[in-house]
Amino acid sequence: MNATAVIAEAFARLPAYLGGHVAVSLTALLIGLAISLPLAIASLRSPALRSVLLGVASIVQTVPSLALLALFYPLLLGVAMLTERSFGASFSALGFLPSVLALTLYSMLPVIRNTIAGLDGIAPAIKEAAQGVGMTPRQALVMVELPLALPVIMAGIRTAAIWVIGGATLSTPIGQTSLGNYIFTGLQTQNWVFVLFGCAAAAIFALVVDQLLALMESGLTRRKRGWVMGGAMGLVLITAASLAPGISQPRASYVIGTKPFAEQYVLAALIAQRLGDNGLSATTREGLGSAVIFDALRSGEIDVYVDYSGTIWANQMKRNDVKPRGEVLSEMKDWLKRQSGIVLAGGLGFENAYALIMRPDRAQSLGIRTLADLARHAPSLSIAGDYEFFGRPEWQLLRQAYGLSFREQRTMQPEFMYAAAASGEADVIAGYTSDGRIVQNKLTVLDDTKHVIPPYDAVLLVSPRRANDEALLAALAPLIGSVDVSTMREANLRASNGASPAEAARWLWSEIQKKR
Amino acid sequence: MSPAAVIDFENVAKHYGEGAPVLDSVSLAIHEREFLAVVGPSGSGKSTLLRLINRLIEPSSGTVRVNGEDVQRTDAVLLRRRIGYVFQGVGLFPHMTVAENIAITPKLLGWDEARMAARVDELIKLVRLDVTKHRERLPAKLSGGEGQRVGVARALAAEPKIMLMDEPFGALDPLTRDALGEDYRRLHGELGLTTVMVTHDMLEAMLLADRIVVMRSGRIIADGTPDALLNGAQNDYVRELMAAPRRQAERLRALERR
Repeated sequence: MNATAVIAEAFARLPAYLGGHVAVSLTALLIGLAISLPLAIASLRSPALRSVLLGVASIVQTVPSLALLALFYPLLLGVAMLTERSFGASFSALGFLPSVLALTLYSMLPVIRNTIAGLDGIAPAIKEAAQGVGMTPRQALVMVELPLALPVIMAGIRTAAIWVIGGATLSTPIGQTSLGNYIFTGLQTQNWVFVLFGCAAAAIFALVVDQLLALMESGLTRRKRGWVMGGAMGLVLITAASLAPGISQPRASYVIGTKPFAEQYVLAALIAQRLGDNGLSATTREGLGSAVIFDALRSGEIDVYVDYSGTIWANQMKRNDVKPRGEVLSEMKDWLKRQSGIVLAGGLGFENAYALIMRPDRAQSLGIRTLADLARHAPSLSIAGDYEFFGRPEWQLLRQAYGLSFREQRTMQPEFMYAAAASGEADVIAGYTSDGRIVQNKLTVLDDTKHVIPPYDAVLLVSPRRANDEALLAALAPLIGSVDVSTMREANLRASNGASPAEAARWLWSEIQKKR
Repeated sequence: MSPAAVIDFENVAKHYGEGAPVLDSVSLAIHEREFLAVVGPSGSGKSTLLRLINRLIEPSSGTVRVNGEDVQRTDAVLLRRRIGYVFQGVGLFPHMTVAENIAITPKLLGWDEARMAARVDELIKLVRLDVTKHRERLPAKLSGGEGQRVGVARALAAEPKIMLMDEPFGALDPLTRDALGEDYRRLHGELGLTTVMVTHDMLEAMLLADRIVVMRSGRIIADGTPDALLNGAQNDYVRELMAAPRRQAERLRALERR
């Protein structure tokens, strides 16, 4: 895909991404203001409340925004399950709600701190004059103290706005569509135009909001009502314009989930194209975390996605025994049906298992072909894996079975892992067997002679809500058992070398049809 | 004294914590249309005395009455709206125009716009400012003398009968100060006001006031007309205080004879 086409694609996604971004950030900012301003004002008369407030807000600020966002998902999931049990009513713990809550918290510190500082900074003589001319404390606050503190308070609000708009890009992994989708998708598919586009769009949006707030501020201090109205109208227009496409667009009937890596984007595009050809409309919810996506399917927030049998086996079924591919699939199918009503429509035909991978020349010089060989040299070697790998049961199994112990262990973005292995920055990486970059970087997969790593068949999972949806199941049927690992590697390689996921998916579909 | 006291202090004391009292059992009656100056050094309790009248400060013991009514039993906010107050160092609201500053107490009292606008114009003229030039200015664009004239106009806006002034002309240059003092003295008479003015300047007190109260360490140590204090002071400190203006006057006279 050439640059013009990538940019055109980026613009095509702008209404949806910007709409989600505006909705989540402005809602969080408004709720944050509605909470922070009264709290800050109340704290003026209570030093105890003030120190608690500033303390809590400062602590919240030290939590990285990504972690703060991620924490709200399990919290809300717990609350949702509780309300379901007690009242029979549940709500979505994914996407909008956790993002708004986390960003609201995030917006509070600058507003609280500046409101307190602004009101504190008013000369005692002015406060006495307000009292002396016969104002009640409330009138003094509204007519004198707040107007005089306004520039400082507005500076806090503007800081909060920029933080929230920037932070909202991180709400993508918990299922909120935002401008962060460009960044996360771009990072996974090495589409740097997307990454830059996402950053620029978020920065421009932040700047525009900041300038509109600045306009309102000078309107308030210079008492130009037109300026205040202009700024407010600008904010309203942005909100309306960015939310309008979401309202006018017909709601797609199916939602396809993806985890945050290239293969998932390609497969989601493939599923969407299959549904489209069958007259079914679909949208994707991109970049969901591994734990988030399964719960999202169970609760019906997404309708279909591709997971891997080993992941379900270890993370959901809590199994640590290793069984052959077929047995794992059939046990899993029963377990899913019984446990949560999720339908395992079938395997796609390839595995995306973890594998320990090395540069061939390095492996050869050390005489390493299998994991048993690796174990002898491991204490002098370094290993790199993704964020999940070293916390997963198969890593424990591998270490126990082969007695693996490395000199150094690092986590990194999967995209950078293969290059790290090729350049020798990491001696061994925990990669994925269907990854096209194994071929691209001419890397060697080490043999798991003891068959410790569980099978990772790519499987199509369908939500309980859609369990009896014949149209959906029929549209998915041609995909079952039709993708072998080398074809998938090739498609993945295309997607990480500049083709859009949709293009890679069309190529994959043409290959599937050739083999029929 | 024939007329009833407009402001009456009865054994009023004010102390903070365990330290020496700021005000030590003061009794004082201020009569209608009287122009009373309260003179004393810093920390003598003169500002405290003033602020007790409109309840910017609450007494520790004793009773303050305004128009015969115990101020502790009145609504402090409504009380303050009935009493004009000119603050030390102007105290205008910097974000409001001259007109808005002047109209603030009428606005709090719920006057209608037309009445407020008319009153603002009337007061700007009364304190000898220019309606077209000054009405819509912000306080930052006024000179010190103009600012204090607006301060006086603001205090007079809701037609109070009592005016409290805390070192009103202290920060002004001598000429402005003299002119403003004269102008206020005229207004005091024309409007039939009862004025209590705190100052540390005995000469100013003698030139403007009908009656002077001298305070020291929270007590009243002298109370009388300027004439009585000048000619028959009972107390060393008061004599010393009166001597300074007299010496200045004698020196001036000596210069004039040449």
